[in-house]
Amino acid sequence: MSAGSDLNIDYVANLARLALTDEQKARYARQLGDILHYVDKLKQVDVAGVEPMAHAAPVFNVWQTDEPRSGLTTGQALRNAPAQRQNMIVVPKVVE
Amino acid sequence: MARDLTYLSATELAALLATRQLSSVELVQSCLARVQAVDTQVKAFNSRDEAAALAAARESDARRAAGQARGPLDGIPVGFKDVIAVEGQPLTCSSKMLANYVSPYDATVTTRLKAAGAIPLGRLNMDEFAMGSSTENSAFGPTANPWDLTRVPGGSSGGSAAAVAAGELPLTLGSDTGGSIRQPAALCGIVGLKPTYGLVSRFGLAAYASSLDQIGPLSRTVDDAAVLLQAIAGHDERDSTSFKADVPDYRAEMAKRSGPWRIGVPKEFFGAGLDPEVGAAVQSAIGHYRKAGCEIREVSLPLAAEQAIAVYYLIATAEASSNLARYDGIRYGHRAAKAKDVVDLYFQSRAEGFGDEVKRRIILGTHVLSSGYYDAYYLRAQKVRTLIRNEFAAVLKDCDALLSPTSPTPAFRIGEKSSDPLAMYLTDIYTISVNLAGLPGISVPCGFTAGGLPIGLQLIGRPFDESGLLAIARHYEQAHDWRNFHPSL
Repeated sequence: MSAGSDLNIDYVANLARLALTDEQKARYARQLGDILHYVDKLKQVDVAGVEPMAHAAPVFNVWQTDEPRSGLTTGQALRNAPAQRQNMIVVPKVVE
Repeated sequence: MARDLTYLSATELAALLATRQLSSVELVQSCLARVQAVDTQVKAFNSRDEAAALAAARESDARRAAGQARGPLDGIPVGFKDVIAVEGQPLTCSSKMLANYVSPYDATVTTRLKAAGAIPLGRLNMDEFAMGSSTENSAFGPTANPWDLTRVPGGSSGGSAAAVAAGELPLTLGSDTGGSIRQPAALCGIVGLKPTYGLVSRFGLAAYASSLDQIGPLSRTVDDAAVLLQAIAGHDERDSTSFKADVPDYRAEMAKRSGPWRIGVPKEFFGAGLDPEVGAAVQSAIGHYRKAGCEIREVSLPLAAEQAIAVYYLIATAEASSNLARYDGIRYGHRAAKAKDVVDLYFQSRAEGFGDEVKRRIILGTHVLSSGYYDAYYLRAQKVRTLIRNEFAAVLKDCDALLSPTSPTPAFRIGEKSSDPLAMYLTDIYTISVNLAGLPGISVPCGFTAGGLPIGLQLIGRPFDESGLLAIARHYEQAHDWRNFHPSL
């Protein structure tokens, strides 16, 4: 496990698709450094042979029948779209 | 002069409705008048649809007049944490990202409450996307603690707790990922129940950390929590983590479970960092159970006490970074006005839409899932989580419930911890491990500090044994009169 200094904030912000100001980068790097230092305590625990736990309840694969059913109408689905035209969501140009 | 309904429990109000001494319209009007009188100070509400609530109340009264009342919640107003979908109403998660979002559908809990005749009355403030322990991280500004307006109500369900404590609503729904129902209930002097993971459907709950989130009731009494849980619990095929089990009649089962019980007290939960007044109040509650003939057994939960917060902040932020990737400014939510291309639109929309704590957790979660760090952080945290669950399972084999403080301190001042995230995270030290293990937990009032701030007692139960947990909580509640104390608003 690594200490907080390994946090490359520019790299991570890019992965997260999150624009940060220089002030935020400096502040988060410091605060998250403290937090990553704190979580380093997990190193104290012997986890050899322990299975990771994904869920609290014993729920495994859940299958549903593959049959069509009604969902949101076009109007409902587009109700919160920031920009729309002819029942479609408008986005900036993505191909040249 | 109209009678004062302000601090009656939902069960008491239901009795008045059933005997026609009170109409639902009168009750809703009474709540709205109380909101009018105190919410400029408390700021528990993000929004309310008063016309819809009054219309639903009129329908409830008509049902009752026709002899078709639907049970104990018919005509009772219920507030919703602003993270739970109610069709046609705003769903903001207290975020600028969703400031203009209107829910196109009902959450399963909403559908069930409407079917029970409950009246949705407003959206309650919270920490943005349920990330926080103080309701200060809200795009709408902080909610105040009704007992001391300079202090926080706890969080993230702070608006839900404050609305009940201030007498604005008899019942509210919150969500609890690391203590977000129990901690504000404790800080506001009310009852808060986090059900077993999987008992209540999460369909229509805006996701924060999906393996930990659970919806639950905030109320004035344990009976009321049981009534509200009854209405919302049970399998839902729209939530793949929903548990397939029969839901018992909680109030009937509660009455049968009369004790005496074997109660475990985790010794690590009474160490450094515990406020002495909180410790003394909880010790006095232990004395209550001992006098009632319960066997009090000291137990040890070293990993839950020492490692839970570290495990939680790795798992919760990892899941959050993934869940919150959906807020990209394309299909819904805030969209940046000036972006040079579609990728820039993602970056700018998220930068403008999310608040500080949300950004911090997205960065942490993205980091711990990123290549080269996954094994060291996320996978290791999931393994320690297994050990924490096993630790609880071992002590709950011999104990009917575990007892601890809910929060290490009473309500702190607004702004006191906001510049130090780690200090804020540590306020959930006694509640977080319960989410990691997926267990049910309840906070009930157990006294006040000399300065008049409420103190909460946490009881932790066996998985899906809400009946037993509620019975044990109710035993304490019935022997004390904490619910008769009210804030001076």
